[in-house]
Amino acid sequence: MSGPFAIEESMEGEISVLSLTGYLDAHTAPEFERAIQHSIEAGRFKIVVECRHLTYISSAGLGVFMGFVEDVRENGGDIKICGLIPKVHQVFELLGFQELFHIVDSRSDAIQKFVDVPVWEG
Amino acid sequence: MASIERTFLLKVPSSTQNLALVREFVNSIGAQAGLDERDLFQLTLAVDEACANVIEHAYGNDATKEVLLTANFDDNSLEIRVEDTGVGFDPSGREQKSLETLIAERSKGGLGLKLMQSVMDEVHYDIEPGRKNQLRLVKNLRKPEPPTE
Repeated sequence: MSGPFAIEESMEGEISVLSLTGYLDAHTAPEFERAIQHSIEAGRFKIVVECRHLTYISSAGLGVFMGFVEDVRENGGDIKICGLIPKVHQVFELLGFQELFHIVDSRSDAIQKFVDVPVWEG
Repeated sequence: MASIERTFLLKVPSSTQNLALVREFVNSIGAQAGLDERDLFQLTLAVDEACANVIEHAYGNDATKEVLLTANFDDNSLEIRVEDTGVGFDPSGREQKSLETLIAERSKGGLGLKLMQSVMDEVHYDIEPGRKNQLRLVKNLRKPEPPTE
């Protein structure tokens, strides 16, 4: 049986793409945290988090983006978010993440964003 | 006609593993109360946040402890109470930092209360550390619009 949450990691050139499936809550957030940590430790600071198959997120999941994005940006990278389904998007918006993260529709948009705006300019 | 109040209880061990079960419980009750999909999602999210706070902060992830949920609704509102007997975690007494500040501080928490307050009509804490801590979350039920001619 598959678990409630899964992460698939792939590379698009120098960009690390983490595709999330299932739900991201206080129980599953540590797994996501380890995946981001792993990318950072491997020196991969350009990260796309693809959420097409993410069905739910609570603040514990959002906390992972919040806790690591500064380290990533200080190293010339960013965390770009794509593919949010409407109800998950709503949670990001309620907390104002759209003001402080690039949130785009598709994986290709997110990768293009690294070409257009490699680092968050605020 | 008098409004009939319905009450439901769920008691779960204090483990984040049970958050999915809590969400199912709340979702099912919200649906019975007639919430639309958006309100259902918001209610579920708020209760998830409340229970995650209890599990991680009030009980420090001690799975021998229990979290008690009581839900009741009538024609006007739906209320969920989350009770614990832990150390008492009342985030409403803490300074609410902006997202920008939390990012600068590399914080992984601090958003739960803001989320609860932004999706619920009422959020009340009643803390008696070690005895009974209670969080009440209230969602007003919207009356369906009368059909227009």
